[in-house]
Amino acid sequence: MAEPVLRLEHLHKSFGGLLVIDDLSLEVAPGELHAIIGPNGAGKTTLINQISGLISPDAGRILFAGCDVTALPAHARAVAGLSRSFQVTSILPGFSALENVALAVQARSGSSLSMFGRAAEEDELNAPALAALGEVGLGQRAHVPAAQLSHGEKRALELAMALAMAPKLLLLDEPMAGTGREETARLVGLLRGLKGRFPMVLVEHDMTAVFALADRISVLIYGRVLASGTPQEVRADPKVAAAYLGDEME
Amino acid sequence: MVEAAPIETRAIAAAARAGVAVPGLIFGVLAALPAAAVMAPENYLLALGTRIMTFAIAAAALDLIVGYGALVSFGHAAFIGLGAYAVGILASHGIGELLIALPIALAASVLFALATGAVSLRTRGVYFIMITLAFGQMIFFTASSLAPYGGDDGLTIASRNTLFGLPIFKDPRTLYYIVLAALAGTFFLCRSIVGSRFGRVLRGAKENATRMATLGFEIYRFQLVAYAISGALCGLAGFLLANANDFVSPAYMSWQRSGELIIMVLLGGIGTLYGPIIGAAVYLLIAEFLSQWTEYWQVIFGPFLVLVVLFGRGGLVGLFAQLTGKRHG
Amino acid sequence: MSSLLFVQILNGLQLGVLLFLIAAGLTLVFGVMDLINLAHGVQYMLGAYLAVTFYGLTGSFLASLVLALVATLAFALALELLVFRQLYARDHLDHVMATFGIILFVDQGVKLVWGAAPLSLPVPELFSGSVTLMGGLLYPVWRLVIIGSGLAVAVGLYVLVGHTRVGMLVRAGATNAPLVSALGVNINRLFMLVFGFGAMLAGFAGVMIAPILSVEPGMGDAILILAFVVIVIGGIGSIRGAFVAALMIGLVDTLGRSFAVDVLRLFMGPSPARTVGPALASMLIYVLMAIVLTLRPAGLFPAAGR
Repeated sequence: MAEPVLRLEHLHKSFGGLLVIDDLSLEVAPGELHAIIGPNGAGKTTLINQISGLISPDAGRILFAGCDVTALPAHARAVAGLSRSFQVTSILPGFSALENVALAVQARSGSSLSMFGRAAEEDELNAPALAALGEVGLGQRAHVPAAQLSHGEKRALELAMALAMAPKLLLLDEPMAGTGREETARLVGLLRGLKGRFPMVLVEHDMTAVFALADRISVLIYGRVLASGTPQEVRADPKVAAAYLGDEME
Repeated sequence: MVEAAPIETRAIAAAARAGVAVPGLIFGVLAALPAAAVMAPENYLLALGTRIMTFAIAAAALDLIVGYGALVSFGHAAFIGLGAYAVGILASHGIGELLIALPIALAASVLFALATGAVSLRTRGVYFIMITLAFGQMIFFTASSLAPYGGDDGLTIASRNTLFGLPIFKDPRTLYYIVLAALAGTFFLCRSIVGSRFGRVLRGAKENATRMATLGFEIYRFQLVAYAISGALCGLAGFLLANANDFVSPAYMSWQRSGELIIMVLLGGIGTLYGPIIGAAVYLLIAEFLSQWTEYWQVIFGPFLVLVVLFGRGGLVGLFAQLTGKRHG
Repeated sequence: MSSLLFVQILNGLQLGVLLFLIAAGLTLVFGVMDLINLAHGVQYMLGAYLAVTFYGLTGSFLASLVLALVATLAFALALELLVFRQLYARDHLDHVMATFGIILFVDQGVKLVWGAAPLSLPVPELFSGSVTLMGGLLYPVWRLVIIGSGLAVAVGLYVLVGHTRVGMLVRAGATNAPLVSALGVNINRLFMLVFGFGAMLAGFAGVMIAPILSVEPGMGDAILILAFVVIVIGGIGSIRGAFVAALMIGLVDTLGRSFAVDVLRLFMGPSPARTVGPALASMLIYVLMAIVLTLRPAGLFPAAGR
């Protein structure tokens, strides 16, 4: 394949005596939606946290767009184009939906050290923010305090914030967690619409969503990649069936 | 889906109105005070007002980082002390020019803020509170041991700062108006900062620091700058205090003074900027009048503070909002 | 010189033990209830004042000690019920303001009740002598009693917290109070127990130190700051951390104050040493705290789960 947008090389991570990530290697091709599945405790969230920079691996390398970002702090990776959503909704509850997204735009848009002028009225920030909100279907809810949004709307808001960052890679940590059937279908439709614009890593439990969206799937068990390939290949792989899919068709 | 409930927008509009009305009222009262001062021994009211406004500057500066940044500094009196001692030490060497004393006072505060903030801001929560307390104590003990500058007993300042030789601080009325201008300047500066891009990052960090980092903001840097600005404004307050009192002592920076600053912010209403101004006024007025009534005024004031915490959410500003029916849904 | 050093080391241990008694309650309250209690120092002060009063009534140190502990406990429980129970759910700023108000109230109240003049408590007859240490220096027995009793409390706490059911609940509460509550434990009673016990330890410290220091209003404030430094260095919620840090700070502070001027004289003239020395000595523990926090932002022995 062409130069992968994300390459993980032999990552290791232990917490105390517990080995959570065990010699994990993975590649994400440009433009693809790469799903990561696996049972609870397989290390999926730890992996996302390592990629986004909130946790450092004990060993191994992380290469993003060709650069070694292993030692780079989270905010620097974000500036480089690495965007993420959180498994447990992580937004700014006191701010309106618009302000949440406008902040994401602000991170990309010139200096934030300016102490004069009203940021909330800047068109340069609000216009792209409104556009992102529109894409996820929250256009009408722009001025609602984020804390008052429904669970599904908050998930969508996270997505809008991630989009507003004009990402080179989008990490999605269980975006369907806790959403009802309608919301899930809506998010799936949204993500399908975003496919191809930028590569995405999707960690999910919802198998319907995974098989509907993924170009390739990697199966994570006990901190290492058990199998990796197209959805058909993974579905047919006997190892995977035995270890995971067999007893967990959600 | 229903649009934002009308109650929400009403509350936002009410808050915006309060944000104009309340400061307007405050500054109106403060500006008119000298005229009313003829009713009391004139200098007494003016001196009291000046004192209140000086602490209001410090309280507003503290609110910037506590109310909007969730950085609870328990050593902020140190900056007041630094500003005051700059004046005192220079005066004891015969230097009274404002254009020398003020920049030095501000510079000392900024440098101390940057140096201590660089260390403190690597900690969170109660550890931050404690380490700022520690730095405050360090300055306190340093000042207490400066024998050539009065040590424990403090330093009397023979004459106040002059501007190009003009004794602008000498007349109580002029001093009052200068301090009022400084307070207004502080208030509007902080207001501007809060609403700016910088302020939004600071406020965002208060809501969810992890989120802000993953958006691409290096929070540490923003907090450090905010901390330095807050410290500088407190240094300004100290500068004015020294000029108003003709005296400076280590007591200006005891941890009890730092605690009092926090109380002023909380009492008035945290995160409003005008709340702390009210809080400073109420705190000092109560202290002043209660202490004239009885030597043991703290026996009454102490429980009062406890009651405010238990029953008065949002400080006096919040209480007032509740009483006038501007409920938030 | 070395016997002077030895004396100061003993003094440092005595201060350390005292700090431990105060810090233990503080760190437990902080660890289990996440409560910043600035008013912990007044428990220490009240212990001393109550002991003075009870001594005046009974003439017996032991009786005064017991009565003072009971009274301190009663006061603490009343305070817990009236004020602190409402504070557990609030944030740290509210804790600061409320407990600050309590300090004002008690510091002044003590003046009202006992007057502003310093009071004293005589050392109990049995322990009023001195022992001869090496080098012919005399050291007060009472100070050794303080060290001994403090160490005994430390051992007792270690057993209590580490090896009893109650202790286990306290440790569990320190890492996850809501979970403990969800498991059916009466969390209010647990909190009350922790709070009262911590207050008693502080009161005990106050009674023990009263024969040595003068009992005066505000005596709790200075020691409170030291106690906070102890729990921050030791790690919030950790008794072991409080013990280690308390001894460390007791020694550093005492030895620092005794020998700072002399040590500085090796590097500078006697006059600047005498000016800088005391200031530096006072700052020493804060510098220590800043260093520890820089290297270990959660203290030396952070309670697991923090």
